[in-house]
Amino acid sequence: MAKIDFEVPVIGEYLETPALQPAAMAKSAPFKASPQHQQALGFPSELLENWEEVAIAKLGELLNKYESLRVYLDACVKCGSCSDKCHYFLGTGDPKNMPVARQDLLRSVYRRHFTLGGKLFPKLVGARDLDKSVLDEWYSYFHQCSQCRRCSVFCPYGIDTAEISMAAREIMDEIGVGQKYCNEIIGKVHTIGNNLGLNAAALANTLEGLEEDVKDDTGFDIRFPLDVEGADVLLITPSADFFAEPHIDGLIGYGKVFHQAGVSWTMSTYASEAANFAMFIGNYEQMRKVALRIRKAAIDLKVKRIVVGECGHAWRVAYSFWNTLAGPFDFLDPNYPVPQHIVEFTYDLIQRNAIKLDKEANDHMRLTFHDSCNVARATRMGDRPGGQLALPRAVIKASCNHYFDMPADTIGEKTFCCGGGGGLLTDDLMELRVKGALPRMQALRQVQKEHGVTHMAAICAICKSQFSKVLPYYDFPMDTIVSVHQLVSNAIQLGAKT
Amino acid sequence: MSIMTVSYALLLYAATVIFALGLCYRVFTYARTPAPLKIPTMPAPVTRAGVVFRMVREVGLFESLFKSSKWTWIFAVMFHLGLLLEVLRHLRYFIQPLWFWVVLVQPFGVYGGMAMVAGLAGLFARRLLVARVRYVSQPSDYLMLILLLGIGGSGLAVKFLDHTDIVSFKAFVLGLLYFDWQPLPANPLLLTHLALVSLLLIVFPFSKLLHAPAVFFSPTRNQVDDARERRHLAPWAARLERAGGEV
Ligand code: SF4
Ligand code: SF4
Repeated sequence: MAKIDFEVPVIGEYLETPALQPAAMAKSAPFKASPQHQQALGFPSELLENWEEVAIAKLGELLNKYESLRVYLDACVKCGSCSDKCHYFLGTGDPKNMPVARQDLLRSVYRRHFTLGGKLFPKLVGARDLDKSVLDEWYSYFHQCSQCRRCSVFCPYGIDTAEISMAAREIMDEIGVGQKYCNEIIGKVHTIGNNLGLNAAALANTLEGLEEDVKDDTGFDIRFPLDVEGADVLLITPSADFFAEPHIDGLIGYGKVFHQAGVSWTMSTYASEAANFAMFIGNYEQMRKVALRIRKAAIDLKVKRIVVGECGHAWRVAYSFWNTLAGPFDFLDPNYPVPQHIVEFTYDLIQRNAIKLDKEANDHMRLTFHDSCNVARATRMGDRPGGQLALPRAVIKASCNHYFDMPADTIGEKTFCCGGGGGLLTDDLMELRVKGALPRMQALRQVQKEHGVTHMAAICAICKSQFSKVLPYYDFPMDTIVSVHQLVSNAIQLGAKT
Repeated sequence: MSIMTVSYALLLYAATVIFALGLCYRVFTYARTPAPLKIPTMPAPVTRAGVVFRMVREVGLFESLFKSSKWTWIFAVMFHLGLLLEVLRHLRYFIQPLWFWVVLVQPFGVYGGMAMVAGLAGLFARRLLVARVRYVSQPSDYLMLILLLGIGGSGLAVKFLDHTDIVSFKAFVLGLLYFDWQPLPANPLLLTHLALVSLLLIVFPFSKLLHAPAVFFSPTRNQVDDARERRHLAPWAARLERAGGEV
């Protein structure tokens, strides 16, 4: 663990709503994007001279392009119902991390420039001019929102602070103030094809090594094919699956499932990334450009289906946005959903008894499941609403004997973010990430005490990386976090006839 | 015709026009602005009918608010339900002859008025006492509650303290409707009540009261979860696509 220069929150008996600690996180801000990172995405390389003007103009443009933004900036009644729902507020006590207060950072400027009340009586309605201090506040607090949408569940008008954060980040990019972590990564996807900047040769190498390892481990020839033209399935998975722990155990699981199902599949070097960080910066064009790589790979490789690996925001972009951004996918087999989640794929095999799972293989673990915010609140699996919550649990329960849910108000649609989503999974935001994880750590502690839970499964690359990093701060072992398909991988009976 | 009658008549006309035009304009801009992406808060209905049902629960029962804060929910329901009953009760001033259900609703209307004031008082106390809510409150948020309390309070006062001549008041209202002005009873409480209602109508399209129409245009609540089945494309996104060319 790196050196800590902040206080790690103490897990209490219950999750308490903290007292307000104004400006507790005012200094938190991620590194800014360098001029090269900005230029690579077509953004100004540094703060424009007339940035105020440009920012207001951009806000005006977005108001006409996004119904969400327009409606949400007007609709809030300051009822405060969302005020104790954000994990970053619960973990830091900083009042500007209350969703409504976060929205107000942008709303105050909106009111000043776009509403009669704010033009005539700014003090009365909390309207303010956009100046450098406001911009600094935007940069700090709009990078303390993981766009997890928990607040939108509880707001009587469905106000989604993620939409506001995305708009604010888009405005900031437009005036030359980008975030390094996101913008650098998006640039890498445009040029190399994945977040990590892993080139084709390195990727092929990694997968070859993986095949050998799995062969040594199991005695079976499990293939991890790359760029195979004419395969049935194109697997699009987060690049973290290629090497990070526990992600890679999930990838091994996908490989075993495809192997047992007898389905020919492939990955693509051109589209070797499921993540789409352009969503985090709210930029439609960038998001589309990243999504189009997947369309192109599917066409070039002449596949019939697309399956997406374990990643939360990637599944949101895939499930909710791909059809819009890169559709129509009428060149794929219409008998399968486009795209299909790997959990849907495995669940279907389990339903049909097409794979055999030995639950005892996971008897050394007592498990719980962390619903990733994007999967739970922004997507679906299967035919019925709520399938995104039921299917992963069904797959886990089919793979193990000991499963326990965390408290009801911390899972499902009310799930807490891991603390690292929304483009915040960077070391320059470590304090925020540790503190934002508090509500989840609290819930985990509870099932640890009550049911002896030892491991927590997740279906998101960001969640997995984030937990690997923050679990030790709360005295949990790092490997408490496991992939869902890692459990499948342990349990699946290779070579078994069904 | 007294100056007072004329000025109130003009005020009420002006307030109504500002309210109606302002609201239409806002609703028009909401309706005109596209939602380029599918963003329903999941789990969401997979059919249109399901979305209508979700919206009915949201608007009729304040479903999401119930999930988040029971006290706010109770006060909000008291206020809104009370207001609804009062509005229905007040129809008696606009209709001649009375519809039978407007007659039926009369006795409940009074309880509505009380519930409304009690609910508002609860919301006011919450705004003042809960530090989180106080932090996000602007002067306008308090003033709005005070305005509504004033309307409720003056209304109840007219009813209980100083019985107005409602027959001539009704003649005044009908006179406004048919452009055949009749004198307005000079009752200070009634005049206050009317002035405050006018003020409410005027600020409505410029304030957070827009939450009432806005909820229907909230994409997280009004979208169907069918992104995989149906391609959703906003006009500006379609233009972008044409300009960008195909893959
Ligand atoms: S979207 Fe999530 S992180 Fe952002 S304000 Fe809402 S609850 Fe907090
Ligand atoms: S719950 Fe919605 S309306 Fe209430 S304060 Fe939060 S954002 Fe505003």
